[in-house]
Amino acid sequence: MLEVADLKKSFRSPEGDCVEIVNVAAFALAAGEQVALRGESGSGKTTFLHLIAGILAADAGRVSIDGAEMTVLGESRRDRLRADKLGYIFQTFNLLQGYTVLENVVLGMSFGPCGADRAHAEAVLGRMGLGHRLHHFPRQLSTGQQQRVAVARALANRPRLVLADEPTGNLDRRHAREALTLIREVCRENNAALLLVSHDEEVLAQFEQRRDFAELNQAMKETAP
Amino acid sequence: MTLPLIIYRSLRQHALSTVVTAGSIALACGLLMSVWTVKTQSQAAFASTGSAFDAVLGARGSKLQLVLNAIFHLEASPGNLAYSDYLFIKRHPAVKTAIPIAVGDNLRGYRLVGTLPELFTDVELAPGKKITVQPGGRFFSADPAAKEAVAGSFAAEKLGLKPGDTFHPFHGLTYDEKNQHAETYTVAGVLAPTNTPMDRVIWIPLRGLQTMSGHDPRAATDVSAVLVQLRAPTAGFMLDLMYNKQGNRLTFAYPVGTIIAELFSKISWFDRVLELVAYLVALVAAGSVLASIYNSMSARQRDLAILRALGARRRTIFGAVVSEAAVIGVLGALAGYVIYFVLLGVVTGIIRAQTGVVLEVWRWQPVLGLCPLAMVALCALGGVVPAFKAYRTPVAQTLAPVS
Repeated sequence: MLEVADLKKSFRSPEGDCVEIVNVAAFALAAGEQVALRGESGSGKTTFLHLIAGILAADAGRVSIDGAEMTVLGESRRDRLRADKLGYIFQTFNLLQGYTVLENVVLGMSFGPCGADRAHAEAVLGRMGLGHRLHHFPRQLSTGQQQRVAVARALANRPRLVLADEPTGNLDRRHAREALTLIREVCRENNAALLLVSHDEEVLAQFEQRRDFAELNQAMKETAP
Repeated sequence: MTLPLIIYRSLRQHALSTVVTAGSIALACGLLMSVWTVKTQSQAAFASTGSAFDAVLGARGSKLQLVLNAIFHLEASPGNLAYSDYLFIKRHPAVKTAIPIAVGDNLRGYRLVGTLPELFTDVELAPGKKITVQPGGRFFSADPAAKEAVAGSFAAEKLGLKPGDTFHPFHGLTYDEKNQHAETYTVAGVLAPTNTPMDRVIWIPLRGLQTMSGHDPRAATDVSAVLVQLRAPTAGFMLDLMYNKQGNRLTFAYPVGTIIAELFSKISWFDRVLELVAYLVALVAAGSVLASIYNSMSARQRDLAILRALGARRRTIFGAVVSEAAVIGVLGALAGYVIYFVLLGVVTGIIRAQTGVVLEVWRWQPVLGLCPLAMVALCALGGVVPAFKAYRTPVAQTLAPVS
């Protein structure tokens, strides 16, 4: 489902130096597989996910999703592939504040293969326990509810690959557990691969497959003191 | 529904700047349409007002003054001409109709014009358009001793005159209550609206005005002007030569349409100034669309980055921003129609009160379609710069902090 090979990304520091952030030799995920990546803040986890999602263009290497090679595509085709195959759960939710809960999910769907299926969006939100909040704005919801909207938006398109960036980072223990269970459950139902990054040991402990991003990322090893 | 939803939500989020920007577009659109319509309609209306007569004969002086005085009932009369001059032109073989008029009195500011009943019975304002009297009234009697008057519709409305009412005329073209004449006139009828300066006049028999108490008895047969219809247009040049080139006592104002066109060319600078102002307002409005959307880009960058991260393509974002600018243009153009009708209502009222000429506010003009379309296009163009900025939004940097 997901294959990463020799993926590299550098940024220019304020001092003008070229700093390598990501250097992953190989990483793969099969369909339906669920893997948790452990990593500290600033370790390049989000950049790694952005590279997989095609939000960032890699300097070198290869990212292949469901047979389509992301890294050779132009920006427009990357957008298309992201909309068709990926669901992305952001650490900070990234909900559109001026849109209602339902609009957030429907809008997310409208760029993907399912199109703006309002009934399906309502059903997914209902499953997240947000059936009574469809026409509320994100600011009118609790943090936990906002997180569930973000999850609903990422999963509503039945993506083949779900990328979750610290999805429970802003939640209390109980809500974190609930959200995580829900994400894993829906991914299992859709046979979607799940790649979750977190530094929370309690979250990581729930996954059978865990990888240490520091071991995976050669860039951090090279710059470590 | 994606694009309409993005546009709607963005407009809602920036409601104040949307309203202000659409307001300035409405002002520009309304102004442009009003200036254009007033210009074209007033030229057409003034030209058609003069089309009932080919020429005006009057005392030596300005042709324009003669036409304004005799046909539009504006300005002072350049002087009188003898009754024999009227009879001469009336009997000229090239002349089809000659109607004398005499001015010099008013009723509370509305001119009294003395004329012959033939003005109402023999003259058509336009082909097939005869002058008629409103129900319950009739034209005045040809006998000046009857002291009857026919009021134009606008004058009757403003003065509250109806058949059977009586009044005393006042001397002069401007109202002065101390200059009341002794004669008492009875309103025989009120003219049906003609949408011409005739509506602002109170008509009485020619002889009645000539012999009004207090008028100079030596001028009791003089007339102020003669309205002339010719049998053939070429005859006009012959009479023009005879009165204006060979003679030096009278003025033959011919052709009336050209003289009115000269009037408009004299005031065309005013049209151009108004047009220039309207074009500037339009440019400022389009600029404000650009500035308003561009300034909101910083606040919207995160939303745009989220949309991109969800899979929205760059061209979708570009299209959304340009469409949003166009929608602001559409809203402004729609409000522009309201401003247009309000402005034109006011201007039409003023023109009617001052000249009797009525502009048709509801009549379709090509500018009513072209101007809003041009404004929407201009606004869409104004949206291109912010759309390009949105197009280049760096998604990863704008989203969550790198971890």
